[in-house]
Amino acid sequence: MASTPTQTEGAAPRRPTGPVWDRLSMKTKKLIWVWSFLALPILFYSVIRFYPTLQAFWLSLTDWDLMQPPVFIGLGNYKRLFADPQFWKVFRNTFTYLIIGTPISLVLAFVISYYLDRVKIMHAFIRALYFLPFLTTAAAMAWVWRWFYQPAPIGVINDLLGLMGLPQQPFIRSVTQALPSIMVTSIWAGLGFQIIIFMAGLRAIPSTYYEAARIDGLGEWAILRKITLPLLKPTTVFLVVFSSIGFLRIFDQVYNMTTNDPGGPLGSTKPLVLMIFQTAFSSYEMGYAAAQTVVLFSILLVVSLLQLRVLRDK
Amino acid sequence: MRRGLIFAGLIAGFSTLAVNAAQAVEIEYWQYVFETRVKAMDELIANFEKANPDIKVKQTTFPYADYQTRVVAANMGGKGPDVMQLFYGWLDKFVAGKLLQPLPTDMFPHDKIESDFFPIVTAMKRGENYYGLPTAVRSLALFYNKKLLKDAGIETPPKTLDEFVKAGIATTKRDAAGNLIVAGTTLDMAGQDHQWWREILVRQYGGAPYSDDNKKVTYNSEAGVKALKFYTDLQTVQKIGQAGFMDEGQAAFRAGMAAMTIDGTFRLGAFKSINTFEWGVTELPANAEGVRSNYASYFANGIGGKVSGEKLEASKKFLAYISSPEAMDIWLKTVGELPARRSAALTEANLADPIFGPFLKGLEYAHTTQFVDEAAQRQTAIDMANRVLLEGQTAEESVAQAAAAEQAIIDGVKK
Amino acid sequence: MMSTDTNPKVAAAFGASIRPGRIIAWTLLLIGGLIMVTPLLFMFSTSLKTAGQVYDLRIIPAAPTLENYIKVLSDGRFMRWFFNSAFVAVTVTLSNVFFDSLVGYTLAKFEFRGRYLIFLAILSTLMIPTEMLVIPWYLMSSQLGWLDSYWGIMFPGMMTAFGTFLMKQFFDTIPNDFLEAARIDGLNEFQIWWKVAMPLVTPALSALAIFTFLGNWTAFFWPLIVTTSRELYTLPVGLSSFAVEQSIQWEMIMTGAAIATLPTLIVFLVLQRYIVRGVMLAGLKG
Repeated sequence: MASTPTQTEGAAPRRPTGPVWDRLSMKTKKLIWVWSFLALPILFYSVIRFYPTLQAFWLSLTDWDLMQPPVFIGLGNYKRLFADPQFWKVFRNTFTYLIIGTPISLVLAFVISYYLDRVKIMHAFIRALYFLPFLTTAAAMAWVWRWFYQPAPIGVINDLLGLMGLPQQPFIRSVTQALPSIMVTSIWAGLGFQIIIFMAGLRAIPSTYYEAARIDGLGEWAILRKITLPLLKPTTVFLVVFSSIGFLRIFDQVYNMTTNDPGGPLGSTKPLVLMIFQTAFSSYEMGYAAAQTVVLFSILLVVSLLQLRVLRDK
Repeated sequence: MRRGLIFAGLIAGFSTLAVNAAQAVEIEYWQYVFETRVKAMDELIANFEKANPDIKVKQTTFPYADYQTRVVAANMGGKGPDVMQLFYGWLDKFVAGKLLQPLPTDMFPHDKIESDFFPIVTAMKRGENYYGLPTAVRSLALFYNKKLLKDAGIETPPKTLDEFVKAGIATTKRDAAGNLIVAGTTLDMAGQDHQWWREILVRQYGGAPYSDDNKKVTYNSEAGVKALKFYTDLQTVQKIGQAGFMDEGQAAFRAGMAAMTIDGTFRLGAFKSINTFEWGVTELPANAEGVRSNYASYFANGIGGKVSGEKLEASKKFLAYISSPEAMDIWLKTVGELPARRSAALTEANLADPIFGPFLKGLEYAHTTQFVDEAAQRQTAIDMANRVLLEGQTAEESVAQAAAAEQAIIDGVKK
Repeated sequence: MMSTDTNPKVAAAFGASIRPGRIIAWTLLLIGGLIMVTPLLFMFSTSLKTAGQVYDLRIIPAAPTLENYIKVLSDGRFMRWFFNSAFVAVTVTLSNVFFDSLVGYTLAKFEFRGRYLIFLAILSTLMIPTEMLVIPWYLMSSQLGWLDSYWGIMFPGMMTAFGTFLMKQFFDTIPNDFLEAARIDGLNEFQIWWKVAMPLVTPALSALAIFTFLGNWTAFFWPLIVTTSRELYTLPVGLSSFAVEQSIQWEMIMTGAAIATLPTLIVFLVLQRYIVRGVMLAGLKG
């Protein structure tokens, strides 16, 4: 004999009822809801994020070419990796992307957002101009930039240089210019996002600070140094970490801009993720590739933690 | 009641038969993506299915760079293809990984294979078994732009390396700022130039790229250095070409911006669409002493290691068809690759053909490199040229470095 | 509500007078902005040119033609790739909007043992780069037959820690009174979340939707790995293979790139206000 609770008017009809349910306490009922909400997500994260992480670590300790069963070789992959000059070149490249890309990108973004913030005429239009590149597909724009960098008469930039009487540049065909050329593409794409975030941060600064500073007679430069920048720190820290991670993981642009000599020329543009991709899916050395991914993970972890530490303390 | 039972049994029996007949056997064929090859295979499949209505063939393709991994990974997951294409140089890996099964001798007797096909087919033999058969073989030749040569006053295509360089100098055009507008020749190590250097130039300068057992790199010699110098001099000294011009050699030639290019038969299908100028083909240049060489290679088709039962029967029939003279003819027309069967290839018509003739002649003195990892070995050649062209390294040092790198690749292969 | 136009506080604090410095700054900003979109302009203009005209530098083509678009679109592959990307992006976005909110809400509004642990665990997945997971995912997919399927492309992103974290931050700000009132009214927990809590965080939901959609529409690395047949490529992967195939026919490549980029651009131009607001919101809470 089920007892039905009194239904308040206007309440939704689907309230669980029944003898078992009604005997449970509020707390237990809530718990059941909580865990039924969380059940699928927990399963998902375990299967899709945690288990593969463990698997990647385990794989990195094996030698496996997919044809024969995996062979446990301990730290063999890591030893091989650290002895491989190609790895160190890739390591240097990856950090070059990071160390040069992040500061240039952020400084540029800050300067632009600082002035854009004050613009009243056509503000939305100008802002859109800076933000549009962020919405593009990296793979697609890599091809556009690749075309830009071609030698004359095809490449736009070299054509312009020619018109201005300046010497032609090899860009992605040169071991020295290739990496910066690709980096420009990545900076270009991410700038809009950073500008918007900086602007949000600028808006969050209460105007009272500015007013007080004005009253104290501080000039704009001093205000910038003493008020704006310090108060922007959380935003800056966020962007530094965010874009660092982005640069360390760069792949789409490099892959598409160097299809006939991946990571070239002479490996001068190859970042770690491309090396991982080639090791796993061209040479199918799964264990070796997994070791490289573990190294990538460690680099990301260390860099992020370092940045958070250093920037928070300052 | 009894009659009813018999009747029911008959119906059940018939319907099972009917269901089985209606269910065609489906097999999967895999190859790498290349437009003309895919098109040719589509046609072959259509013909085969018409002749064998109880077999359906599904073609799946992958980008070349990933192809091997896909086959291996799929096989691991038990979902490998029934019939697959493989580069002859991958055979060791594939056999070791049990990705292929020996061709059943009932349908593919060895004596017929050896008498019908070109001798290079023996590279598909391991021990007592053949693991695949090619539909087509390819060699290299010199493509030339008739109009550009004529305009430069050259009536006949070059026959020797010296004539080649002279033709290049005559046809190269630069603008006022010194930028290359028309290249005398394409320089694209990532294309076929690395084969040209490896099996032809090195030999023409008196050396050999590998030892007879293919286990040692032997181009780290005077011949190898001279060969590399000849190649890089084309850009730095004679200035008749530029690595990376128009991105890819074949692209430059197609656009009419390069007078000559060295490429393989597989490029014929793509070049057929050229309608802005007339082009011709001639044998690769000989050296001053008349020594000629060529590089021949092929992709073969084999049967998956785990295929059995009716899928195996269907696969055998399909493989037999795509290695038949009829299939080779279709392949020749669509892809431009030479038939792997001598009878189909060495017809009078073909030998006299201005396009196929030079390629066929090249087959007669061609060498076939036993690659262990074609992509990696190609990369060593690309890097070797780049070090000289981009970093100014001497040819001696670059060849030595490349030889060491390639030896490491060959040694690193597990047998 | 945050204004997305000129910062009024700044304008008020500094006065709206027009000084020469201001004009220079404005002009430079405008020029900079135009330089920023130059690649896009050239992309579109080249897509309207024929092969011969590719080499002339004019931004406005002398004789614009749509033949490249007709050639590319009638190919059929692009429409297929477009559909694939759309399907994947929409499905994953919906999944995230649903699940990330559900989890974020649960973590924000309920007290239970293990709450902090679960929160930390999910947050910690932010530190795990997808690049490290692609190899296990690939192996998992090939063994379970997920390779070369829509599910294979979508499964890694169905729920994200970033989205969950974002939603939790927003749910934290909802006063519990609303929820209690609903409980008294007899609504069950699911209904409370769906009918009471969710409507209160729509700005966050739209921010989440925008980010998720954008991320999935432009994703390249994982789709490149998991798809094998050309029919299943997403737009970025398809465009990449199309571009390699076209070798130097830049006008075709630009057309392909334009087709790949056009949808997001149009959406942006229409929904600019919301998108910018969404990005700002996400950034502040992040």
